[in-house]
Amino acid sequence: MVEALKDLGEIIADALGDALVSSKIEFDELCIVVRGAEIARVLTYLRDDVNCQFKQLVDICGADYPEREKRFDVVYNLLSMTHNRRIRVKVETSGATGDDVPSVVPVFSTAGWFEREAWDMYGIFFVGNPDLRRLLTDYGFEGHPLRKDFPLTGFVEMRYDEEQKRVVYEPVQLTQDFRNFDFLSPWEGPAPLPGDEKATDDGEGA
Amino acid sequence: MSHNQIKNMTLNFGPQHPAAHGVLRMVLEMDGEIIDRVDPHIGLLHRGTEKLIEHKTYMQAVPYFDRLDYVAPQNQEHAFVLAAEKLMQIEVPERAQYIRVLYAEIGRILSHILNITSYAMDVGAMTPMLWAFEHREHLMEFCERVCGARMHMNYYRVGGVSRDMPDGLADDIWEWTEKYPQMLDDMETLLTENRIFKQRTVDIGIVTPEQALDWGFTGPNLRASGFAWDLRKSQPYDAYAKMDFDIPVGKYGDCYDRYLLRMYEMRESLKIMRQALKEMPDGLHAADDRRVTPPPREEMKTSMEALIHHFKLFTEGIRVPAGETYTAVEAPKGEFAVYLVSDGSNRPNRCKIRAPGYVHLQAMELMCKGHMLADVGAVIGSIDVVFGEIDR
Repeated sequence: MVEALKDLGEIIADALGDALVSSKIEFDELCIVVRGAEIARVLTYLRDDVNCQFKQLVDICGADYPEREKRFDVVYNLLSMTHNRRIRVKVETSGATGDDVPSVVPVFSTAGWFEREAWDMYGIFFVGNPDLRRLLTDYGFEGHPLRKDFPLTGFVEMRYDEEQKRVVYEPVQLTQDFRNFDFLSPWEGPAPLPGDEKATDDGEGA
Repeated sequence: MSHNQIKNMTLNFGPQHPAAHGVLRMVLEMDGEIIDRVDPHIGLLHRGTEKLIEHKTYMQAVPYFDRLDYVAPQNQEHAFVLAAEKLMQIEVPERAQYIRVLYAEIGRILSHILNITSYAMDVGAMTPMLWAFEHREHLMEFCERVCGARMHMNYYRVGGVSRDMPDGLADDIWEWTEKYPQMLDDMETLLTENRIFKQRTVDIGIVTPEQALDWGFTGPNLRASGFAWDLRKSQPYDAYAKMDFDIPVGKYGDCYDRYLLRMYEMRESLKIMRQALKEMPDGLHAADDRRVTPPPREEMKTSMEALIHHFKLFTEGIRVPAGETYTAVEAPKGEFAVYLVSDGSNRPNRCKIRAPGYVHLQAMELMCKGHMLADVGAVIGSIDVVFGEIDR
C-alpha cells in the first residue's frame, strides 16, 4: 500500500514539475502541496491521467494557521475508484488580494458549494467561481466565523422584538464570559522540562 | 392580436415545508409548471459544529457528531473515533470492532427506514411510515439498552465503545433480525410494484454515471447510478473486512432505483448484523491503553494514581499526536468523513466534517431541471437529506 503510494507520489512529482511544492506520506495517506495558481491544472491532471484517475472530488475545505505568513490552507480530497486510492492536495494562501486561489468548478462541478463554504467560513476568495455567495451563515452576516481570531461566541445575537414585531440583531451580551478552561497539563508534553537533562546524564539519576 | 410577454415565475419553497425534510429553502424559477432553475438556500440549522469542536476536548466532541445526521448518530461518531485512532495509532479490541459494526448497521437501518417511509409519504403513501416506525422504535430501544440514549448515543469512544453490551441484548437483537424481513416484504408489497409510487418515481431525477462522478455523489445515490462502490468493501474499517455481504447496484439512477437500493441495503445490513452477533468474540470493549481508556472502577477504589489518572482523562482529555488524516466511513447517506488536524494538544486544531447530503443537495438543479414542481418532493426524498449534517 505504502509502496504503491510512493510510486504514485513520484509519478505525480515528475508530471507536475515546479507546480509541486512538497509531497509526503503520513498514516498511509498521500498529501501533496502545490502552488495555488496551478491548482486547476493539477486537479485536471489528477482526474485524467491514467495512473491517477482521481475522478471524484470528495471534499474541499479551508484551514486557518494564523502563525504562518500564508495563513490559510485549502485542502482538496480526491478519490479514485479505479485504483481505490485517495490523495490530498493542499494549497497555501494568505487570503489577501493577489494571492487568490483559482476556482476548480470547471474541473469538478461539485466544487461550487465547497468553495462557497470556504469563502463563507474563512474568507478565501476563489477566482472564477460563478456563484461565490455566502452559504451557511445568515443573510447579511459579517465576518468569517471559522477563522481562529473569530470569537466562539460571535459578535451579534438576535431575538424577536415584540414591540417592533420583527427580529432584531444586538451585540452579544453574556452574563458570564465564555470560560476557556485550559486543562493541558504542564507536567508532560513535547517540550523538555528544566531538570530533565539530569536524568539522562551517563546513566545517573532516574 | 397583442403580443403578451411571458415571464418566468419565481417560487419560494420552504423553509417550513413538510416535503423539505427539515429546514430547506429553495428558490425555484418556474416556466409554467416546469422547473427552470433551483437555488437551495441552506444554513438555517447552522450551529457552528466545527468551530465548537475546536474548543472541546476529543471526548467532548463525540456528542456533536450525534447531532449531525440525527437519524443515524452512531455512524458519524464512528468516523470521528476512527480518525482519532488513526492519529494515535490505537489497536481496537476485536469485540469493540464487532459492537461498532453491529451498531453502525443498526444506524443504517434506522436511517433507511426513516428515508423510505417519509419519501413514500411525500409521494402519497402513508401506510409504510405507520408500519415501519414500530421497528424503528425497537431499534432505538436497542440503542437505549446499550448506552442509555435512544437517539444521541454518544457510545463510540476513541479505542472502543463506552461500555459493553448488557446480558440478553444480543439475543433480543437476533430475535428482531428474524422478524424484520417480514416487515420489509410487507413494505415492498405496498411500494415496489405500486402503480402510483412508480408513476411518481420512475424516470424522475435521473443522474447519469458521468454526472454522479462530476457532482461527487457517494453512497446509495452513487450506487443507484451504476457504480459498485462501497467503502465497507473497498476500504474496510473495523470488522467489515470479515463480513460477508453484497452491494446492490442500480441501473438507471432515477428516484425509483434509489428507493430499491435502500430497500436491498437493509436486507444486507441484516446479514451483517447477524454475522456480527454470531461471530462476536469475548474480550474487552475498549482498548487496554491508558492513554484513552480510564482505569477500571475497582482499581480506582484502592489506587490513588488510578483516581488521578481517571480525573486527568476526563478533565484534560486525551492528547492526540500532531498530524492530519482524512478518514471516511460509509454512512447510510454516503461517504461521511472527518478531516482531522491535530497539533499535539488535547483539542483538535481543525475538524472538517464532510457530509454526504451536502453534496447531493447541491445537485438539486441538475436533477430537477425540466421536471414538474411536484417532482421536487420526490427528488428531495430520494436523495435522503438531513439538515443536521448539511448545515452542521
